[in-house]
Amino acid sequence: MMLRILFLAPFAAGLASLGISSPRVRRRLITIVSFFHLACTLIVWRTGFEPSAGRWIGLDALSMLFLLITSVLFASSSFATVAYLRGHELPVESRGRFSREAVFTCAMLFFLGTTTLAILSLHTGVFWMAIEATTLASAPLISYQRSSRSLEATWKYLLICSVGIAIALVGNTALAVSVAFDPATYGLPMTFRDLAERAVSLNPVWLKVAFALILVGYGTKMGLAPMHTWLPDAHSEAPSPVSALLSGALLNCAFLGILRTNAILVRAGIGGYSNGLLAAFGALSMLLAGWFVLRQADFKRLLAYSSIEHMGILAIAAGAGASFGGLLHALNHSLTKGALFLLAGTILGAYHTKSTRAVSGLIRISPATGLLWIAGFLAICGVPPFGTFVSEFSVMAVLGRGGRWWLLAAFLSALGIVFVGMWRIVIPMAFGRPSDPAVCVPRSRPIEAADVPPLALCCMVLLFGIWLPSPIARLIEHASAIAGGL
Amino acid sequence: MIDQSIIALLLLVNLRMFATSRVDSLVRCVAAQAFLLVCLAVVTHEGSLSWEAWTFLSVTGLVKCAALPALMTRALRSAGIRREVEPLVGYRVSLFIGLAATGFSVWAAEKLPMPAGAADPLVVAVALISMITGIFLIVARRKAISQAIGYLAMENGIYVLAPALAVHGPLIVETGVLLDVFVGVFIMGVIILHIRQEFRHIDIDRLSELKD
Repeated sequence: MMLRILFLAPFAAGLASLGISSPRVRRRLITIVSFFHLACTLIVWRTGFEPSAGRWIGLDALSMLFLLITSVLFASSSFATVAYLRGHELPVESRGRFSREAVFTCAMLFFLGTTTLAILSLHTGVFWMAIEATTLASAPLISYQRSSRSLEATWKYLLICSVGIAIALVGNTALAVSVAFDPATYGLPMTFRDLAERAVSLNPVWLKVAFALILVGYGTKMGLAPMHTWLPDAHSEAPSPVSALLSGALLNCAFLGILRTNAILVRAGIGGYSNGLLAAFGALSMLLAGWFVLRQADFKRLLAYSSIEHMGILAIAAGAGASFGGLLHALNHSLTKGALFLLAGTILGAYHTKSTRAVSGLIRISPATGLLWIAGFLAICGVPPFGTFVSEFSVMAVLGRGGRWWLLAAFLSALGIVFVGMWRIVIPMAFGRPSDPAVCVPRSRPIEAADVPPLALCCMVLLFGIWLPSPIARLIEHASAIAGGL
Repeated sequence: MIDQSIIALLLLVNLRMFATSRVDSLVRCVAAQAFLLVCLAVVTHEGSLSWEAWTFLSVTGLVKCAALPALMTRALRSAGIRREVEPLVGYRVSLFIGLAATGFSVWAAEKLPMPAGAADPLVVAVALISMITGIFLIVARRKAISQAIGYLAMENGIYVLAPALAVHGPLIVETGVLLDVFVGVFIMGVIILHIRQEFRHIDIDRLSELKD
C-alpha cells in the first residue's frame, strides 16, 4: 500500500499541477511532494520490507538504497527548482493550453514518479517500461529554455536513449527466450528474483545475448562509454537542479537494471562473462572521461564527464565483485554530484556563464558557495576524509586482492588524470582575482539560502567518510548480497 | 502460405525504406510495415487468440498504422519538407546495405538456437531486418523526422520479435511498452516542431553547437 502511494502520489500531483493556474501554488507543490516522498521512504525503511516471490512491484534492500538516494536528492534539489522557476519567469504564451511552466512542473513530478517506479519494479518488463518513461518525462525538463542549444541536447538525449533502451527491450526478449528451453523453468514469471533463483536451468547462450544487449541498452542510459555521447550535452544544457537529478538519481536507476541482470548471470555460473564486459566498459568510461576532463572549458560539462567517470567506477566495482564498495560509492557519488550541480546553478546565476575562464574569485565574492565548491570537488576526487575516498578505496582493495593489476592500473591512472584536470580548472575559479577585466563581477554576498541544500549533502558525504551509521551500513550489506547474486 | 507472402511483402517494404528519398513515402512505408507485422503476429500465433489479445492487437494496429503516421504527416506538413535531398549515405549505397542486412538477418536467424514453439526462422529474420532498417535510418539520414521514423521502424521490429520467439509478455507490460512508444514518438514530434521554430530547418547534422 505504502509503495503504491510512493509512486502514484507524484503522478497524481503531476496531473493536478496542470490544472493549477497560480504559479506560486504550483511551485510549492514540487517541494511538498518531494518531502512527502522522502517521508514515505523513511517510513517504509523503518517499518521494514521484504518482497514476496513473484511480486512485480516490491522493495528489497537494493531498491531501498536507491530509493533513499533518489528521494534525498529530489527533496534537496526541490528548493533550487523552485528558485530556478522563479528566476526564469517566462512570458505568458497565447497559444497552447498549458503554460510552459505548468508542463515543466508536471514533467518534474512525473519524473519523480517514473524514477520511483523503476526502482520499485522487480519485473524485467515493468522495469523497462519505467526506464523508458523516465526518459520521456525528463526530456521536457531539458528543453525548458527552448534555446538552440537545449533543443539540440534534448533531441540527442531523446533519440539516443530511446534507441538504447529499445536495445534493452530486445535483451528482455532474449531473457524470456532463455527460460523456454527447460521444462522446469517454462512459463516462469519474468521477475529478476525468480530468474536468479532458477538461473542454473536457463539457456546460457541466450542469457549471454540478453546480458550483452541489456548492458548496451541500459548502459546508454547510465552513460557508459562509448554510448555516453548524449550525457554531457543533456547535463550541461538542462536547468541545474534537473542536471543534479539526472546525474544523481537517473543514472543510478539504469545501473540498477544492469546490476540485477548481472546477478542472474552470476547465479547461472557464467558470471565471468558478464563481469568481464562490465569491467571493460567501466575502464573505458573512466579513461575516456579523464581525457575529456583534461580539455574542458565548461564547468557543467566538467561535472557531466565526472559522472561518466563515476559510472565507470560503479561498473568496475560490479564487475570485480566489489558490491559493497560499489553501492557505497553510488550513494556517495549521487550526494556529492547533486551538491555540485546545485552549486553550479548558483554560480551560473551569479556569473551568467558556464565558461570556466570567465569565472574567478568565487571565494571572495561569495565565500560560502566558493568553499562548498572546493569541498564538493575534494569529495568528488575521492580525497579523504570524504565518503568517496572510503568507497573508492574499498573498490581498489578488492581489485588488488583479486590480482587484477591491469584494471587497478587503469582505475588509478584515470583517477589521477581526472584529479589533475579538475583542479587545473577549479583553483582559478575559486581563488583567481575577481578584478580581471574580462570577468563580469557580480555583487558580493557572504551566504544565501541556495547554499544550504548543497551544504547538507556535502556534510552527509563527509559523515559517511568518517563514520557510516549502522542502519545504512546494514542496508548496503544486504543490498550488496543481492547485487552479488548471493 | 499467407505468412510467406506477408514476409515477402515486408522484405519489399523494408527495402523501399532503404531506398526512398521522399519522407512522406517513408511515413507510408512505416505504417505499412506496422500493419504487416501485426498481421504476421496474428498468423504466426499458435492456437486461437483470446479476446484480450484481439483487443490489444487492434489497439496496436490503430496506434502504429494510423495514429503515429498521422502525427508524423502533420509534423511533416508544418515543417514543410518533402524529401531528403542529401542523405549522409547515398540511396544506391543504402539499397546495397539493405540487401546485405537482409542476408545477414536470415543467416543469424538460422544460426540461433530456437526454443520450442518458435515460429519459422524467416519470421525472426524479418523482425531483425525491420530493426536494422530502423537503426540504419537513424544513423544515415539527417532530417529529424526520418530519424523518428527510424525509431518507430525499430520498435515495430522488436514488437514482432517476441511472438516470433514464442515469448508472450503479460498484457499490462505490453500495453505499457506500447504507451511508451506512443508517447515517445509524440514527444519527438513536439521537439521537431520546436527545432523547426528555432532553427528554420530540421537537419540534425547541422545542429552542432555542442561538442568537445
